Amino acid sequence: MSAAPKRDQYDVVVIGAGPAGLAATATVADAGLSTLLLDENAGPGGQVWRAINSTPVKTEALLGTDYWSGAGIAKAASESDAEIIHRATVWSLDRNLELGISVGGGSAFIKARRVIIATGAQERPFPIPGWTLPGVMTAGAAQTMLKSSGLVPDCPAVIAGQGPLLWLLAAQILRLGGRIDRVLDTTPRANYIAALPHAFAFMTSPYFLKGLAMMREVKAKVQVVKGVTELSASGDGKLASVTYVAAGPRETIPADLLLLHQGVVPNVNLAMAAGVEHRWNELQLCWTPVLDADGNSSIPGIAIAGDGAGIGGAQAAVWRGRIAAVSAIKALRPAAKVIDYSSQLKRAERGRAFLDVLFQPAKQFRIPQGDTIVCRCEEITAKDVLDSVAIGATGPNQLKAYRRTGMGPCQGRLCGLTVTELMAEARGKSPQEIGYYRLRAPVKPIMLSELANLPKNEDATKAVVRG
Amino acid sequence: MTVRKDAIIVGGGIHGCSTALHLCLAGLKPVLIEKDYAGRHASGVNAGGVRQLARDVAEIPLSIRSMAIWENISELVDDDCGFESFGQVLVAENDAELDACRARVADLNGRGFAHEELIDGTELRRLVPAVAESCPGGVVSRRDGAAQPARTTAAFRRKAEQLGALVREGIAATSIRKEHGLWHVDAGSETFAAPVLVNAAGAWAGRIAAQFGEPVPVETIAPMLMITSPVAHFIDPVVILRGRKLSFKQFPNGTVLIGGGHLATPYQDRNETVLDWRKLSDSASTVSELFEVMRNTTIVRAWAGIEARMRDDIPVFGPSARHEGLYHQFGFSAHGFQLGPGAGAVMAELIVSGGTQTRVSDLSIARFRDPIPSPTT
Repeated sequence: MSAAPKRDQYDVVVIGAGPAGLAATATVADAGLSTLLLDENAGPGGQVWRAINSTPVKTEALLGTDYWSGAGIAKAASESDAEIIHRATVWSLDRNLELGISVGGGSAFIKARRVIIATGAQERPFPIPGWTLPGVMTAGAAQTMLKSSGLVPDCPAVIAGQGPLLWLLAAQILRLGGRIDRVLDTTPRANYIAALPHAFAFMTSPYFLKGLAMMREVKAKVQVVKGVTELSASGDGKLASVTYVAAGPRETIPADLLLLHQGVVPNVNLAMAAGVEHRWNELQLCWTPVLDADGNSSIPGIAIAGDGAGIGGAQAAVWRGRIAAVSAIKALRPAAKVIDYSSQLKRAERGRAFLDVLFQPAKQFRIPQGDTIVCRCEEITAKDVLDSVAIGATGPNQLKAYRRTGMGPCQGRLCGLTVTELMAEARGKSPQEIGYYRLRAPVKPIMLSELANLPKNEDATKAVVRG
Repeated sequence: MTVRKDAIIVGGGIHGCSTALHLCLAGLKPVLIEKDYAGRHASGVNAGGVRQLARDVAEIPLSIRSMAIWENISELVDDDCGFESFGQVLVAENDAELDACRARVADLNGRGFAHEELIDGTELRRLVPAVAESCPGGVVSRRDGAAQPARTTAAFRRKAEQLGALVREGIAATSIRKEHGLWHVDAGSETFAAPVLVNAAGAWAGRIAAQFGEPVPVETIAPMLMITSPVAHFIDPVVILRGRKLSFKQFPNGTVLIGGGHLATPYQDRNETVLDWRKLSDSASTVSELFEVMRNTTIVRAWAGIEARMRDDIPVFGPSARHEGLYHQFGFSAHGFQLGPGAGAVMAELIVSGGTQTRVSDLSIARFRDPIPSPTT
């Protein structure tokens, strides 16, 4: 526990050292508040700027300028007076702002006056037939290996799905000399038309030219199939081929690796387990926390910044982090001078609506059918879920009683959205009406021995005599 | 518009659902009103213990009545409810505790109950090979076991509905009143009227009792549970301790449920609980001391259900002491799950026939008219 927090109370605890968390940390620490930044990874950066201080991929152009823009913010956080602990898991947070954290195999509790949750995004579940086969992984996992270890595919590989990260990853793999045999773009054709009203804002945003250039770069080197409407992976014990349909006959191509990506959604587990109110976001098709303009949640003292507040991308996350930090400063140091960052946030969010509409995943890639696995922990298929609905399961929490979905170690991270939408469709209700799993701590599993070794109090060891 | 029913049951826990089902079996048409959904609170999230062992003597007749139903649960609700019967074992950690066990079993035998059986260290280790060598023995109730609580409550609810009970979930019962000799309850846009009202509202039931002039010493509690990742099969019976707060059960999928009655903070009006990790830590150390095999497992989830606890730790069960047609069935004090099937059957008998062969008079709400009695053991 050498890396354990130095104090048991802080003015502000920031959870997550991605763009939002790093920006928030530097801002609150510079205002003189006692600040603790907790992060699960070995170094700062989060997903977007993963391994920013340690990546073996040093040539700037390979990972892109957006990636390297993180270095300055990471530096500002590390040079601030904030205490920063990496490889720290926050496994519990409650409405009293008490956090259970695990560092180096030992756990402790700390109290905060304000908490800024900056736990970012996770990839949307992409449940297709065969998605649990070895050889099928998410694009995000592939990008983690690329950034932290410089690893890229050298076997027959297919990337399927949609969204900015898909194209970025494809470009990065190709720049590093990796192999991609085909890109299967699942963006529904109708989305291009639906997104048109938002096109002007997007074209005047920084994303536009970068995105266009990246897609051009990938298309010059790899066959890109647009308008994919059906997708499945198959193989005997491991992935052997990928089958797809795109406005023509069904096609099957051999593959040892399939990278799936259907965009990202807020990682809500910690905030939901703490009791923060969330609502179904009809545009981004996911749960987002109910927040005020400063990022404050329904629980006094808990703010959420970054993609965990709703997907906005790295630049918006930085400004949301600073805005949440300013709100904490205003609450704890009312006399301090603060800056209003709302116009910067607005600028960074420009063009987002276009991306949200364009990359809304098609229904068949969100709501699977038949034997396609929905809950990987308990191996529950779409049909199993529908059968349970037929005999009385009315929402995700009742479904637990029938199928144990969402009760495995992932606590619904990989099936939650699918279960909500699947049940909503089956029952003719909106996802908001159907609801989500009630999430529980520990948000990440904790060793029994570690829990046993927490400091003790006397009351709980009092004997109880059973009658 | 008022809908006339034979009985109105407020509360969709195992008790409300079981009573609804048994009333249907007796030919009545009840309505069950549940503000959330059946099994949302204690009934769906408890440890699932099906336990006659270590009960207050006042509860034993109801517990024995229930056990007979549990053993044929599929015939009643078309679902085995995940019920497994590997016994429940109460472990004495030292000789003083074993002496207390001996006295308890002798007392029960004297009262004519034979379900609890004193065991020595050899039999304890035969039943629970993984237990620490230092434990000298304990008590076993061999027909006991455990079931899946949410699945069980859902099965009772489903079967009651199939047999004609009207079920209203997600709608709170409001404006409970008696008019022209009938109980009236509003549920959303509907109003139900019936000669019988069953107050099975769990942690919310004390308010209903108080509203009708029968305040009782009841508090809202939230017993915590946690579950581990799967470990290789090492134990069959449910284990509870004589001296410390622990209950312990391994499911067929390998996960281990750790409970025992440490309490979270309930926020009843928000349907929310805040866990007390320091107390869960005590459970973890107890497990770790007694079962070495558990030390390297991980805790994947912890939670607490909201329920009612009576000051004397036994439920309120039976007719109101003040109002005709009002029946109370609440306050099960962290151990009501096993009682659910039998309690529903007995409640239906009380409602339909005005009496029952099962002794439940010790559980009457009338006991709180007098100065609060001390616990009966």
